[in-house]
Amino acid sequence: MANYSTNEFKGGLKIMLDGEPCNILENEYVKPGKGQAFNRVKIRKLISNKVLEKTFRSGETVESADVLDTELAYLYTDGEFYHFMNNDTFEQIAADEKAVGDNLKWLVENDVCTITLWNGTPITVTPPNFVELEITETDPGLKGDTAGTGGKPATLSTGAVVRVPLFVQTGEVIKVDTRSGEYVSRVQK
Amino acid sequence: MALQTARPGCLPTILILVMTSSASWQPTTTPCARQARAQLLRQIREFFYARNVLEVDTPLLSQGSVTDVHLNAFETDFTYGHLGKAQSLYLQTSPEYAMKRLLCAQSGPIYQLCKAFRHEGAGRWHNPEFTMLEWYRPDFDHLMLMDEVDALLQHTLGTDSGERFTYQQIMVRHTGLDPLTVTHAQLTDALPGLGIDIDAPESLSHDDLLQLIFAMVVEPRIGQHRPCFVHGFPAGQAALARISTQDPRTADRFEVYFRGAELANGFFELADADEQRKRFEQDNQTRKQMGMPSIAIDEHFLQALDAGLPDCAGVALGVDRLLMLKTGATHIEQVINFPVSRA
Repeated sequence: MANYSTNEFKGGLKIMLDGEPCNILENEYVKPGKGQAFNRVKIRKLISNKVLEKTFRSGETVESADVLDTELAYLYTDGEFYHFMNNDTFEQIAADEKAVGDNLKWLVENDVCTITLWNGTPITVTPPNFVELEITETDPGLKGDTAGTGGKPATLSTGAVVRVPLFVQTGEVIKVDTRSGEYVSRVQK
Repeated sequence: MALQTARPGCLPTILILVMTSSASWQPTTTPCARQARAQLLRQIREFFYARNVLEVDTPLLSQGSVTDVHLNAFETDFTYGHLGKAQSLYLQTSPEYAMKRLLCAQSGPIYQLCKAFRHEGAGRWHNPEFTMLEWYRPDFDHLMLMDEVDALLQHTLGTDSGERFTYQQIMVRHTGLDPLTVTHAQLTDALPGLGIDIDAPESLSHDDLLQLIFAMVVEPRIGQHRPCFVHGFPAGQAALARISTQDPRTADRFEVYFRGAELANGFFELADADEQRKRFEQDNQTRKQMGMPSIAIDEHFLQALDAGLPDCAGVALGVDRLLMLKTGATHIEQVINFPVSRA
């Protein structure tokens, strides 16, 4: 496995820390005029998703992490695994529940997701920023009841629950921002 | 306090965003930043002209260099030496030794604006080649020189006069650790509570640990509104400063911090040639233990000290960092036309 020197540190570099692949978010070179040089880095652990700060002596080397982002289309789930396909090569890959995590509720068939692979195995599945889903259940909004209620909960076909405006009804398709989990607009069928 | 900007109407940040994505032959500075540099250099020269301090010029290439364990010089080969054989020359990490030779030759007060070189990484506050302002004041001690640095900052940045703390005061205030009595074990134990996560901290020296804590915990919290002068560094970090006659645990060394930048480092200068030789040799010993090359001791410098260095204080100030503060730059590349990545 290749190593990186602290001189190569920069945002986006993938390194191994405590046996876990990590993404460097920020790197700051700290060098007191008369002192030892250090690199202070902010790191996101890619499996536990923890963000932490770590200090290295400048010139130290760390193991690189074989981490790769790929764009794959979601196909289906067999109940245990979630299957994705590369639309160019038709190669398929299966992600387990741990990799999909909470993003399960944003998986829409044929949507292209970002799958992060570590040593060829999916560790995270990131849905597109916007997905379109059908409302399966929401209270019928009362006419005229529009003032300051902040909308109502709506359950979507994947089981996700989002707040929608009162005029949106069961059976309609809506656009949702997966990063915030917020309703964006209605979609014309 | 409002920092003076180079010219009204300059929009450095927006332009920088455009520039940094530009082709690599292009400068990373804006026209405004270049104007500000020219203006700053003029202000510095005016400041010293008004105070009768002489501008001098000394070699950037020298046969000797600093032995300091944490300073690395670029080394180059000179094949046309006057002794008829090849010799190594170092690019200077600061013009200190040569300027002190001038002081020993009765130059009186002197300053220099020059390039300095350090073989180390680039970063937000660092470029391996940078502009340095260094000056020396016979008959000043470090406290008097702090007044003059303060005046220079007021003149160039329009700052309020700076605050002053001893190293001990500022460390106790921000970390609860007394740097003059704390043990090595207490320092390593304190790291997690201070938010510093580093492997094998026990392998760092006592002074490395103090510097790590100072850089990560103290520096970001001081000098946010006005320059902060810290003096009375632990004797282990004396470098070329005298040991204090009042408290031999400390050295007559000061540093200036302002808005996240370590801006200047000054000494009541060590004049004792024997003590100086001892410190050089000690450094080279430490270098050897750490598997680093030993550095040719600057004999011209030691001979000059033998001849007699007048009592004086001296300080080195990073001009690029000063310019960053003046222009509100967030990265040194915004004030250096061609940083090392484009040099």
